[in-house]
Amino acid sequence: MRMTTALRVCAAATALAACADTPVAERHFSSESELREVQAVLKRDIHARGSATLARLEPDALQQACNLNGNAPTEALAKPLEAEQMATIRYPAGSLTGDWKRGEKIAQSGRGLQWNDGPKDVAGGSCYNCHELAPQEPSFGTLGPSLRGFGKVRGNTPEMQRYAYGRIYNSKAFNLCSQMPRLGQSGTLSEQQIKDLVAYLLDPESPVNR
Amino acid sequence: MQRIAALALAAAAGAPCALAQDAKTEIEKYQQMIADSSPVELFELQGETLWSKRQGPKDASLEQCDLGLGAGVLKGAYAQLPRYFRDEATKRVFGNEDRPSEMEYLSAYIAAQSRGAPMAPGTAHPKEAAAYELGRKLFFYRAGPWDFSCASCHGEPGKRIRMQELPVLSSRAGAGPVVATWPAYRVSNSQFKTMQWRINDCYRQMRMPEPTYASDLTIALATYLTVTGKGDPYRGPGTKR
Repeated sequence: MRMTTALRVCAAATALAACADTPVAERHFSSESELREVQAVLKRDIHARGSATLARLEPDALQQACNLNGNAPTEALAKPLEAEQMATIRYPAGSLTGDWKRGEKIAQSGRGLQWNDGPKDVAGGSCYNCHELAPQEPSFGTLGPSLRGFGKVRGNTPEMQRYAYGRIYNSKAFNLCSQMPRLGQSGTLSEQQIKDLVAYLLDPESPVNR
Repeated sequence: MQRIAALALAAAAGAPCALAQDAKTEIEKYQQMIADSSPVELFELQGETLWSKRQGPKDASLEQCDLGLGAGVLKGAYAQLPRYFRDEATKRVFGNEDRPSEMEYLSAYIAAQSRGAPMAPGTAHPKEAAAYELGRKLFFYRAGPWDFSCASCHGEPGKRIRMQELPVLSSRAGAGPVVATWPAYRVSNSQFKTMQWRINDCYRQMRMPEPTYASDLTIALATYLTVTGKGDPYRGPGTKR
């Protein structure tokens, strides 16, 4: 069994990225047939409920690669798959930043895509579940890196807005087996919501940066 | 099809973290408070009544059921689950997500008869070994619209969701206290719940569709967690936030 650490993966990841979001690598599947075995059990023993349909059980190439390689695929395997994920990101024309006040609400909300979420429930980004953001909010998770002062350190430049937008839309485009959900690609957040989160992260007036 | 019977078990406890020490102390105080005023015994009593109640076409009670240690032997039986049973009775599905069934009360009574007994689930039978192996794979398998596995949240020490500390459920230290305290009274929804329900609630938060109660999938996960955490004396039914 091959063991590596998240640290090594992070060092290789993009320098822009707030890193440390790749799980500790350990292989649990030795072949695609083992993955198919688990997939067959999921299809047999899981049923659709509310908005959570069985279509969600269909694995994509990325999930296959991460499951099969203990979340640490070789660069040769990861690069083309990351490029595929990059191609899913639909950058809007014009400004990539929105309203940080709306962004704060989106960062706080953990709703969306769960079987008990109604069709009228507006999804959130669940950001605080895993990240520290504004210092005024002590109830933050630690599964992801701290994003406190994110914009203060990096500056609210068009390049940084583009990076933040892309990273929220599809984190896997930057780090194939990142633990962060693909919030745009999965249909969780809208274009406007992601722009508002970009503002929450980068706007100098946002509490994240004050 | 033959399968392993798991009388309902699940997950959510804590491992320490350096940050927010004051908040942690407050949370511990709260946990002590809810444990002190827990109505768990009332659920055990309801389960005991059900256990000895004569009902059904045969006007029979459950009192002579064999939970693995012989007909009618309850003491220590829960601590030896999950376990492989040859009979077909375990194929019936009990309870659902939203409403406690009588099964939950029965699990309260039965589990309480194992207080102090070390958790010693079945591991010797090939079916038990297969269930453990499937559970382990399910634990690490990333899927769904958010690409989560159980290990996404329960894979590294010292992590939290919001203020909630996350036990590493693939470790003896993390899984032990969890499997030794379910089933449990859940303060946040005022209901008595099983570990199976708790595992399903993780799937909900993972944005997955719903595992079917008493399916091989849930039993495999319960087997993996219980075998991983075996050895702790059973100290449930617990009281959870």
